[in-house]
Amino acid sequence: MPLLTFNDRGIYCERADVYIDPWKPVPRALITHGHADHSRWGNEYYLSTRLAAPVIKYRLGDIKLETVEYGEVKTINGVKFSFHPAGHIIGSAQIRVEYKGEIWVASGDYKLEDDGLCQPYEPVKCQHFITESTFGLPVYRWTPQEELFADINDWWRATAAEGRTAIITGYALGKAQRLLNGLDTSIGKIYTHGAIENTNEVLRNQGIVLPETTRVTREVNKKEYPGNIVVATPGAIGQPWVKKFGNASVAAASGWMTLRGARRRRGADRGFILSDHCDWPSLLEAIKLTEADNIYVTHGYTSIFSKYLRELGYNATELETEYEGELAEIETKGNEETNKENAVADGE
Amino acid sequence: MKNFAELFRRLDRTTKINSKVESLADYFLQVDDEDKLWTVALLSHRRPRRTVNSKLLRAWASELSGIDTWILEESYHVVGDLAETIALVLPPPEADYDHTLTYWIDYIERFAGYDEEGKKEAVQEAWRGLGTTERYLFNKLITGNFRVGVSQKLMTRALARATGIEETNLAHRLMGNWTPNDTTFGDLIHSESATDDISRPYPFYLAYQLEQPAEDLGTPAEWQAEHKWDGIRGQLIVRDDQAFIWSRGEELVNDKYPEYAILAQALPNGTVIDGEILPFKDGRPLGFNVLQTRIGRKNVSKKLLKDAPVVLMCYDLLEYEGRDIRKLPMSGRRQLLERVVEEYDTEGILQLSPVFAFEHWEDLAIERETAREKFSEGIMLKRLDSEYKQGRKKGDWWKWKVDPLTIDAVMMYAQRGHGRRANLYTDFTFGVWDGEQLVPFTKAYSGLTDKEFNQITAWVRRNTVEKFGPVRSVKPKQVFEIGFEGIRRSTRHKSGVALRFPRMLRWRQDKPVEEANTKDDLEALLKTYGS
Repeated sequence: MPLLTFNDRGIYCERADVYIDPWKPVPRALITHGHADHSRWGNEYYLSTRLAAPVIKYRLGDIKLETVEYGEVKTINGVKFSFHPAGHIIGSAQIRVEYKGEIWVASGDYKLEDDGLCQPYEPVKCQHFITESTFGLPVYRWTPQEELFADINDWWRATAAEGRTAIITGYALGKAQRLLNGLDTSIGKIYTHGAIENTNEVLRNQGIVLPETTRVTREVNKKEYPGNIVVATPGAIGQPWVKKFGNASVAAASGWMTLRGARRRRGADRGFILSDHCDWPSLLEAIKLTEADNIYVTHGYTSIFSKYLRELGYNATELETEYEGELAEIETKGNEETNKENAVADGE
Repeated sequence: MKNFAELFRRLDRTTKINSKVESLADYFLQVDDEDKLWTVALLSHRRPRRTVNSKLLRAWASELSGIDTWILEESYHVVGDLAETIALVLPPPEADYDHTLTYWIDYIERFAGYDEEGKKEAVQEAWRGLGTTERYLFNKLITGNFRVGVSQKLMTRALARATGIEETNLAHRLMGNWTPNDTTFGDLIHSESATDDISRPYPFYLAYQLEQPAEDLGTPAEWQAEHKWDGIRGQLIVRDDQAFIWSRGEELVNDKYPEYAILAQALPNGTVIDGEILPFKDGRPLGFNVLQTRIGRKNVSKKLLKDAPVVLMCYDLLEYEGRDIRKLPMSGRRQLLERVVEEYDTEGILQLSPVFAFEHWEDLAIERETAREKFSEGIMLKRLDSEYKQGRKKGDWWKWKVDPLTIDAVMMYAQRGHGRRANLYTDFTFGVWDGEQLVPFTKAYSGLTDKEFNQITAWVRRNTVEKFGPVRSVKPKQVFEIGFEGIRRSTRHKSGVALRFPRMLRWRQDKPVEEANTKDDLEALLKTYGS
């Protein structure tokens, strides 16, 4: 019996009777990070890193949550669990599981590039490595972030020079803060969509330093927006919410913006290729660094990526999970859902 | 090519016409005349010929990037565009080549004289020194399918802005049979009159589909009504004892339709007629499928000429006695057209498109109902005092097409789209009931809104039965109303029928799958409308 198995609730460790990132309610859940597809509602007990905990609590409400530091070992029925930086978002972790010399790592979502905001990815040696494959195709190759942020700031500067408002979209937790961190505040002020500002408040309360931002509310005079930038959730675009910014240039920041089809479908004026997931070269690099022979491929281009790994000589298996990766940043939500989100954001 | 790549990025970023015109006008002011000429050529579908086939291109890309062709293929399915896929999988450039667009087109045109190894070296060498967008454009140029979302009209407007030459004059000068290899930018855009190139056609005037009730157009007395014949729109030019026939796609098609050759002698020089290339026999039009046997064939056999002879069904006269008469009113042009067609013996090759007088819009509606039986697509309405304009314009000319034939069908297979729709399931195969079984009979790609495509994509992901490469079979649950313009028997299709212009009219989420149409219903349509 392998130390970790996969069933219809999630990744399961029978010996310790715990799940990692389960998608159905279970008695005990170990959580890699706070994104909704990895930390779901309804578990009786949660364990996460100390840095990930505030956002998880903010999102899931009154839950029973215990925390550990990175590297700290927690033993459950003889199985050693420890959390290691995944470099995906603040507090995100790969979970290492060890019992009698058998070592597994469930990496959740991760990236190798140091974004200057969260704890950089650390490779963890193991025999069994569970990896995502959101961008597991050779067409995905990121530009270094300095170059990318220079492009984003150039676009903001040009938009400001035309007397227009710049709007850039990204997921409320993770991408949004990464954007904030890379914006050149000498150009203008940063405004934020309410859903993003709520997350910012949680992060600031736990001591994370973010640039100064102003929440978009009805109280802000509309004349103040032109020349400045608004960081918004992807769902806010195409909704009445954006009308208040008048003649704006809209940009989307996502790994999907690599593809011309996705850029055009998104209907954004600009697409910047910015992701908190691995591109193709770094997925392969990460797998190599673990020195694992057995690779389990979850969400993304699972069948293609695992076939490729098998050709490289790995023992690779594809897994059906309910993780979504960066999909939320591109798929159109129902209007009702986004309207609700915007209403909350406006403090209605 | 850096200027050209930046132009492409700017054009690709926006759907706003004014921004596109501005980007193009900026570009025309930046580059030299040679690049201007090539840009005009590329944007008016004058592409260099394909010099490398895509199979070789895949092999070379796979070699340079060190990945197997199967994963390149899989990537292509996701990206939806081979030129883009290759541009993305290649390793980052090692050098930074900065040459003009014309340099690269010359570079590509030299491939014709190379053997396979020589082409490979040249292509891989170019890839090593080009950025992602430049590589993409280079790939598009060598595979001969460069396209960009800019109409010729829009390009003409930008060129007018950059050169100060009037748009309509430019539009005329840019038409016809030129290539960048046999003219210069200066000669092309400064040529003074239409006679500089005797084969040069006038831009076609195109009509929009009538969306409002016909009654809203005012009094019938102000309108000319005739059939919208179901052939290929064409323009016949007789000048300098030669006859030229242009299709609406701005293609010179003399070779394909030798019937028109006699008109060089039969008609006076300085005659230009707008009409329909129409299969026609024993005094009446034949169906479009008869014409299809001739489209795409350059060598026309005697048998084909006998079985599928064409005439020019004449709609309008644009040049009379060597004068451009497009500014005359429709009624005046029609009188002259009738004179030309009746006065000269063209052995029946010129036919006048009959106009029908009508007192009430209802009379016209009745004529429209029976149009399909006459192999007509519906009614054309032209204001009697209208000029012959250029391009698609609203107001004076309308097409009032017959309603499509429809059938309710069940979705059986789904495939990802291409380009803009690469991540969505947009290409579907539909079936009708044959007893308990579904038999596939058509594919359809268009007709749904983006929102509906998003919804159906999510549904397909959850209801896949089997995957065959990029194609998925899905549970037979969804009913769509399929609209089409014609139906005929076909030996090439398993179902034995082929539809013309099939598209999804409506997603019938209200309809239980058992109530979709049957194979018998399809047979009944074939009996009534098949030709």
